[in-house]
Amino acid sequence: MVEWTEQERTTITNIFTNLNYEDVGPKALCRCLIVYPWTQRYFGAFGNLYNAEAIMSNPNIAAHGITVLHGLDRAVKNMDNIKATYAELSVLHSEKLHVDPDNFKLLSDCLTIVIAAKLGKDFTPETQATFQKFLAVVVSALGRQYH
Amino acid sequence: MRRSQLVKTFWAQVSGKSEDIGSEALARMLIVYPQTKTYFAHWKDTSPNSANAKKHGITVMGGVADAVTKIDDLKAGLLSLSELHAFTLRVDPANFKILSHCILVVMANMFPEDFTPQVHVAMDKFLSALALALAEKYR
Repeated sequence: MVEWTEQERTTITNIFTNLNYEDVGPKALCRCLIVYPWTQRYFGAFGNLYNAEAIMSNPNIAAHGITVLHGLDRAVKNMDNIKATYAELSVLHSEKLHVDPDNFKLLSDCLTIVIAAKLGKDFTPETQATFQKFLAVVVSALGRQYH
Repeated sequence: MRRSQLVKTFWAQVSGKSEDIGSEALARMLIVYPQTKTYFAHWKDTSPNSANAKKHGITVMGGVADAVTKIDDLKAGLLSLSELHAFTLRVDPANFKILSHCILVVMANMFPEDFTPQVHVAMDKFLSALALALAEKYR
C-alpha cells in the first residue's frame, strides 16, 4: 500500500481544491497531443487535429480534457485505495479503449508541466515530488488490469 | 517556424536566467528523483540548496546553452562531453531523461506565457537529441 504523509495529503488536496478544471484539463490534453503526436491515434473521431492551432481550438478535445482531469478526483478522494478505485477504469482503458498504458505517463508529464506553469512559486520542488508521486500511483493503477 | 528556430528563439528569451534554470532543475531532480543523489556521494552536502548543487546546475545548463549553438550537429558538437559522461562520469543515460523533464518543468514554471505547447515540443525534441548525442560514446 502507498504511504502518504499528512503534508502530502494536504498538498494534493490543495492543488485539486484550487484547480480550474476548465482551463487545466484542455491545456494538459492539448499539450499531450502536440508534444507526443502519436497519442492522436486515439482521437480519430474528434475532428481536426491537423496542427497545434487546430488542436488547441478543438472543442471536442477541450471537453475531453475536462473529463479526463475530473477522472483524477476519485484518486484524491480515495488516496489510500487508489488501486481498487481505478480497477474498473483500468479495464475500460484496456478492453474497450485499447490505450497503450505508456500514454498515461505521457499525459501525466504534460499535466505536471501545465500545473507547474499555473502555480508558479507555489510549485516548489517538494510539491512537484508529491504531485508526481500521486500521478505515478494513478498511472500504475490504471495499468493494473491490462493483460 | 522550424523546430530548431523555435529552440533558438526561446533560448534567446530565457538565456539571461539560464543559471537560475540550471540550479532549479538540478535541485528539483535531487528532490523529486532521490536516486540521482547517488552520483553526488562525493559532495559533503547533497541537499538541493547546497553550493555544490547550485554550481553544478549552472555547469550543466552551460552545456545545454552550448548545445543550442551546435543544434545542427549535436553528435559532433558534444563528442568530448559524451566521452566524459561515458568513460569518466558513467552516468546511466536514463538520468538524462529525468533531468530533461526537470528542465522542462522549470521552463514552464518560470516562463508560463512563453513555454507554449509548440515551444515545449521543440525543446523536448532538442533535449532528447542532446541526450542521445551525450550517450553516443557509451558503447
